[in-house]
Amino acid sequence: MNMQQAIKMTAAESALVDAYTAQIGDLPGDGAVLSLRDTLVHELRTAGLPTRRVEAWHYTDLRTLLRSVPAADSTAFSERVEAIVPGASVLSVRNGQADLKTLPEGVTARSYSESLLDGSAAAGLAVLGADDAIGRINGGLVRGGLEIAVAEGAELKAPVEIQVVQSHGQAHTRFPVSFGAGAKATMIERHLSTSAEPSFVSSVSDVTLAEGADVIWIILQQQGPADTHLGQIRFDLGKDAKLHLFVINAGGKLVRQELHGKASGEGADLTLRGINLLGGDSHTDVTFTLSHDVPHTTSSEIIRNVVFDRAKGVFQGKILVAKDAQKTDAKMACNTLLLSDDADLSAKPELEIFADDVQCGHGATVADIDHTQLFYLLSRGIPEKKARAMLVNAFVAEIVEELEDDEALVEALEGVISAWLEKHA
Amino acid sequence: MLEIKNLHARIAEDGTEIIRGLNLTVKAGEVAAIMGPNGSGKSTLSYVLSGREDYEVTEGDILYNGESILELDAAERAAKGLFLAFQYPVEIPGVATMQFLKVAMNEQRKYRGEDELSTPEFMRRVKEAAAELKIAPEMLRRPLNVGFSGGEKKRAEILQMALLEPKLCVLDETDSGLDIDALKVVADGVNALRSPDRAVVVITHYQRLLDYIVPDTVHVLYRGQVVKSGDKTLAHELEANGYADIIGAAA
Repeated sequence: MNMQQAIKMTAAESALVDAYTAQIGDLPGDGAVLSLRDTLVHELRTAGLPTRRVEAWHYTDLRTLLRSVPAADSTAFSERVEAIVPGASVLSVRNGQADLKTLPEGVTARSYSESLLDGSAAAGLAVLGADDAIGRINGGLVRGGLEIAVAEGAELKAPVEIQVVQSHGQAHTRFPVSFGAGAKATMIERHLSTSAEPSFVSSVSDVTLAEGADVIWIILQQQGPADTHLGQIRFDLGKDAKLHLFVINAGGKLVRQELHGKASGEGADLTLRGINLLGGDSHTDVTFTLSHDVPHTTSSEIIRNVVFDRAKGVFQGKILVAKDAQKTDAKMACNTLLLSDDADLSAKPELEIFADDVQCGHGATVADIDHTQLFYLLSRGIPEKKARAMLVNAFVAEIVEELEDDEALVEALEGVISAWLEKHA
Repeated sequence: MLEIKNLHARIAEDGTEIIRGLNLTVKAGEVAAIMGPNGSGKSTLSYVLSGREDYEVTEGDILYNGESILELDAAERAAKGLFLAFQYPVEIPGVATMQFLKVAMNEQRKYRGEDELSTPEFMRRVKEAAAELKIAPEMLRRPLNVGFSGGEKKRAEILQMALLEPKLCVLDETDSGLDIDALKVVADGVNALRSPDRAVVVITHYQRLLDYIVPDTVHVLYRGQVVKSGDKTLAHELEANGYADIIGAAA
């Protein structure tokens, strides 16, 4: 590193590189992993964080938005938090420390640091492409996490909560999770903060579904008001595999959640549902790509954004249909309630279709609260503030109710939503 | 109970005057019918009474129990006992009917300084009132008015009215879109609420509903004014001769 480059780095870029330098010799990994880490951090140092000139980051200029990164604090400690759904098994990573006391039947897990140490993690550490800033930061600095396998044919009775708790400082976690053929499970990837002090969190989940696996995966992001959250989930759907991916953003100051998937087996089906509850000065970006690689795969995506105050939301959704992926059926919708004059949402749906016999569509709407509905509630004696909250809640509750097979889960998620609305609306 | 004095009201957005010097008095215990041709201002009157913000009162006053309600918003008017049964009840996906009923009843109670209803007490009241109106429990499990037929929507309006126990009920074209059986059920529901301390304003285009909800007074609305008032025989006259004579005399 020469002086000139050091001067050009932003405070945040320097802090990330410094965090790496300070932990050299302490970050887990075999030779292959350590050399990969070096490469990734070198790329970060030379290329910097992505700016608006990088297309994938056009609406989230990370270099400008990320003003600072708190220093890593190895002494930080957090208690385990109660599971969001009563009866769920909790596998937690708290301030980077894995805790797998309660493993349900049919599930095996080990700390991800073991996979780093024995080198089995090396292949998965590669970035998805030149613009994969999250993969790069995480791959360079990852320390904690869990490698989880759900056995073939296992049907989990209760949800498994992957709980990532951070009090302050930095956390870089990774979760390779495989579901065996015919496995059936509900996983809740939950990120939360236990203090108002700033945290910087990067987390990558790498999920594979074997033939016929049927999985509900919920990403529940409840970081604190000063936190930066860079999340990514990669998923690969095998033959007849079914994934219901549900993302709820209800926290954080600067958030980017990427969802990158492949429907690689015939009959694979993805249902993506997203709820973004945005307020204050926060910036929240959900970026989704799905490639339909083989014939007869289906997907449906619905994103609902509720934007208050001066918050800014971004949804980028890109569906690729490969040349051979005939009979693909994909529908994407992004609906937004803008609830203040300064609220802002950018939606960028994209379809790239190389096959000729497919059904694909997308749509985006932006609206204020429906005045006829509001008057109806008022005319029954419901005060305006409460009536508005009911209508906002209704706008997002509709898609939570799709999970009706698990009442406790629906109740828990509705609780998160109404608690957030009560605080912000 | 209700006294409307020289009321002028217009559409807020474009300033079109719809109500032009309307006078009307309805006493406690009275059922008053408001009739008139399309475009005479019947629905606007119901919205102005209930406090819809799309309309502006430019002159005159509305007194409810002797006090002006012009400064109160729709929710406050409702909590004070005013109820509007909508001509077109609004569908609200994502709001459960039962939750809506409970919130509405309890918010009104809160406004009046009364205790909230316990859940069992709330359930008991809803069950009883629904049975009276032949409303199936399945209907109450759906989101508010979503997927209800025309008749179901009108019955749901009367159910809300029965549960909220208003003092002044305004029914806007409650008969529209109802077959004769549904009309009878709705009329029975309204008649059950008739009492010496409650007034009902029935807005309707046709005499038909008034065979089942027999009014004490009938008022003809035309171009935003009451142009003729009488007893229930006036409604029969209108049915036989149409509005032309009265309108001709008023013009």
